[in-house]
Amino acid sequence: MKWASFRSALTTAGPALALIGIIAGFAFFDWQQDGESTFLTVRNLRVMVQDVLPVAVAALGMTVIIAAGGIDLSAGTMLALCAVVLAASLKAGCSAGTAMLLAVACGAACGALNGVLIASLGVVPFVVTLGTLGAFEGAAKIVAEETTVRPGRDAIPSWLGRLTSIQNDSLVLGLPGGAWVLLGLAIAVAVVLRLTVFGRHLFAIGSNEKTARLCGVSVGRTKVLVYALGGLLTGAAGVMQFSQLNAGSPTSGLGMELQVIAAVVIGGGSLSGGRGGVFGTLTGVAIVAAIESGGFQLGWSNPVQQIALGAIIVAAVAADRARARSGG
Amino acid sequence: MPAPLLTMHGVSKRYGPTVALDGVDVAAKPGRVLALIGENGAGKSTLMKVLAGAVRPDAGTMTFADSPYAPNGPTAARAAGVAMIYQELNLAPDLSVEDNLMLGRERSTFGLLSRTEQRRRCRAALEKLGHGSLDVRTPVGRLPVGTRQVVEIARAVLDEARVVVFDEPTSSLPRKEAEALFAVIRTLTAEGAAVIYISHFLEEVRAICDDYAVLRDGRAVGSGELKDVTEPQLVSLMVGREVDELFPQVPHTPGEPLLTIDALTGADGTPRGASLEVRRGEILGVSGLIGAGRTELVRAIYGLDAVRSGTVRVNASPPGAGPRGRVRSGIGFVSEDRAGEGLMLNRTIAENATLGRLSPLSRGGFLNPAAPNAAAEGLIRRLGVKARGPRQTVGELSGGNQQKVAVSRVLHQQNDVWLLDEPTRGIDVGAKSDLYRLMGEAAAEGKAVLFVSSYLPELLAVCDRVAVMSRGELVAVRDADQWTAETAMATAIGAGDVSPEQTAQKTAGETS
Ligand SMILES: Nc1ncnc2c1ncn2[C@@H]1O[C@H](COP(=O)(O)OP(=O)(O)OP(=O)(O)O)[C@@H](O)[C@H]1O
Ligand SMILES: [Mg+2]
Repeated sequence: MKWASFRSALTTAGPALALIGIIAGFAFFDWQQDGESTFLTVRNLRVMVQDVLPVAVAALGMTVIIAAGGIDLSAGTMLALCAVVLAASLKAGCSAGTAMLLAVACGAACGALNGVLIASLGVVPFVVTLGTLGAFEGAAKIVAEETTVRPGRDAIPSWLGRLTSIQNDSLVLGLPGGAWVLLGLAIAVAVVLRLTVFGRHLFAIGSNEKTARLCGVSVGRTKVLVYALGGLLTGAAGVMQFSQLNAGSPTSGLGMELQVIAAVVIGGGSLSGGRGGVFGTLTGVAIVAAIESGGFQLGWSNPVQQIALGAIIVAAVAADRARARSGG
Repeated sequence: MPAPLLTMHGVSKRYGPTVALDGVDVAAKPGRVLALIGENGAGKSTLMKVLAGAVRPDAGTMTFADSPYAPNGPTAARAAGVAMIYQELNLAPDLSVEDNLMLGRERSTFGLLSRTEQRRRCRAALEKLGHGSLDVRTPVGRLPVGTRQVVEIARAVLDEARVVVFDEPTSSLPRKEAEALFAVIRTLTAEGAAVIYISHFLEEVRAICDDYAVLRDGRAVGSGELKDVTEPQLVSLMVGREVDELFPQVPHTPGEPLLTIDALTGADGTPRGASLEVRRGEILGVSGLIGAGRTELVRAIYGLDAVRSGTVRVNASPPGAGPRGRVRSGIGFVSEDRAGEGLMLNRTIAENATLGRLSPLSRGGFLNPAAPNAAAEGLIRRLGVKARGPRQTVGELSGGNQQKVAVSRVLHQQNDVWLLDEPTRGIDVGAKSDLYRLMGEAAAEGKAVLFVSSYLPELLAVCDRVAVMSRGELVAVRDADQWTAETAMATAIGAGDVSPEQTAQKTAGETS
């Protein structure tokens, strides 16, 4: 018993140990370079959090989808579409609450569309969401009339902008307000995954869809809900992004899905389904953020950062495989 | 007596706290078949995985053809001449028979696959197994389990291995193919190979093996020549005690019909017009050859496969649609394909056992986190699953114990109708007798049990009535004592409904 719990602790702690190592590494080199650390400062931590919020929220949604054995390549363009919807509604004079609701509902609807297509056509999620990736980008361009939508300063309520701001007067308990929203969402998703019947069903589908069907799980309905929940969180991520940019751009999410998927996979989510968790994903998000920020501090160029991130992804999956193989 | 071709000495292996092997000594001789027997979880598969290089032992040495042998992986073992046919089939379902057989042994000239040469070799290997007519281009996933096993065995034949290990090869083979397999094994031994044969069927072991080695709780507890031991001696070596009854009888009386199927025809024509009634308090066996449509029949009843026409009723009313509706109407199903369909191998015992009925363990969609484990704990005890606890991953269990977890689901779901497709496949004598008792108890509680099996003796011993299927049709249903092995076989191979008198006449006619 003890050994088993120790081992499972190690499995969840793996990415966390990697994170600590990466942070320590950057802090050291950064300190060596300038004689003082700009990396390991409260200010830099806040900047990192600010930057990574959209990816982090979207990664929570992706965790649910990947645990259920799916994948959502359309997350990036869906996020942009939601941000554009938010910007356009504010510009059209909707109240901030209505606009936010529209953005999140747009995400849930897009996700549900993915889910319905996947469940009813029996086409693999990779292909379906590759298709909707383009469709959502097109839709965003139509809504935005092919430009960036900028609601006027006074159309944006100050709290929405403060969500991701690191100005001293907008911090809540030392962090941008969005970080606490993220924490709340993370706890909610963790509860859904671990403590609900729906969570059991989605892990079952991710582990062995045939068994799920055999046990009377309504596979189709569960999948639609999974993608809708993923979309809803992507919508929330769109709100975060809007708050950063104060504008909605139809192309602002391109390529973001890769960062999101990377965060989930680094955190122990398995692309063959049945594995993944909130704690791991947040660790993965932190690793992605640390590499970006640390690389920036060390003066790495963008391509070098990309290579580093790629290497970490492969290393994470390889470490995971090795753990699975050693067995017992 | 020839000197051993292969010896394993002091082999030990731990998985965390589980001691799978504890200083095992085993020797296999050329030209002879060694039976490796023992209860579920005794360590047989683990020992053979060590031999095949798939698992590295913690301690111990091996000698193969007088030189030290320590494979650092399955490829090395295969190259050295050790072939292994695993209990869980190891084929790529989307690849064709030919591609599966040639995987890792592709023939090529300048990097181009030479198809004709490959195909010829595959055909030859399948021919040797009596399956020359199998189309080598069929994707393996489309073949029935029995035929898939043949493909697996053909892989070893292709390797011309000197030590061939069969891990429960016949558990999914029909009689005729089993005999064909025995013939192949004899060919192998005649050519000087040492064969190691794992099986829970002692009759079969008697028929094909020369030597035996018994494992119990990871230790070698006895070995020698089979002609020197009796069956009860072997059994008591295996279980460490006397097994009182192989077929325990729990008194039960059939009542009114519970499951009624009427002219059921599957979307692809199998089953064809099947009508059957299973009564409360009855165990009804379904016999037949592999491919006769027994699996298709139960899948159609359970709503897993589409149906063209006909009806299924439970308690005279139609059950809910699909597996979901069936579970809710009180029907439970155990799949014959344990690893592919029956279980989520990467999830815990508790999750697997309770997935079909989470409602009593939850409220308003929220699980009571301790409840599934508590429920599974009870099931583990009831079925005697050898496991560390309800949180152990099912994939870590031995084959027989995995099967028990699959069966535990119908108990947890409290189903009134049990559809069991080959539930005794790969489980040991003790566990089999436990399972028979479980079915008897279910019948005594007024449940209806439909029991599909390729092993006729168990059907005749535990069922009230036995139905025989042949080529998609339910040919005859009769009280179990009205069947003999001969009449059942004759009916199964399509000689029509053969009654006892007819065979008696026929045999009389033949002998005269
Ligand atoms: N990968 C693994 N991780 C943890 N425990 C394992 C693993 N593989 C096997 N075991 C344990 O080792 C023991 C021996 O298992 P093994 O599969 O060798 O049994 P077996 O004799 O082949 O049984 P069966 O007749 O049921 O196939 C069992 O207790 C099993 O749970
Ligand atoms: Mg085994």
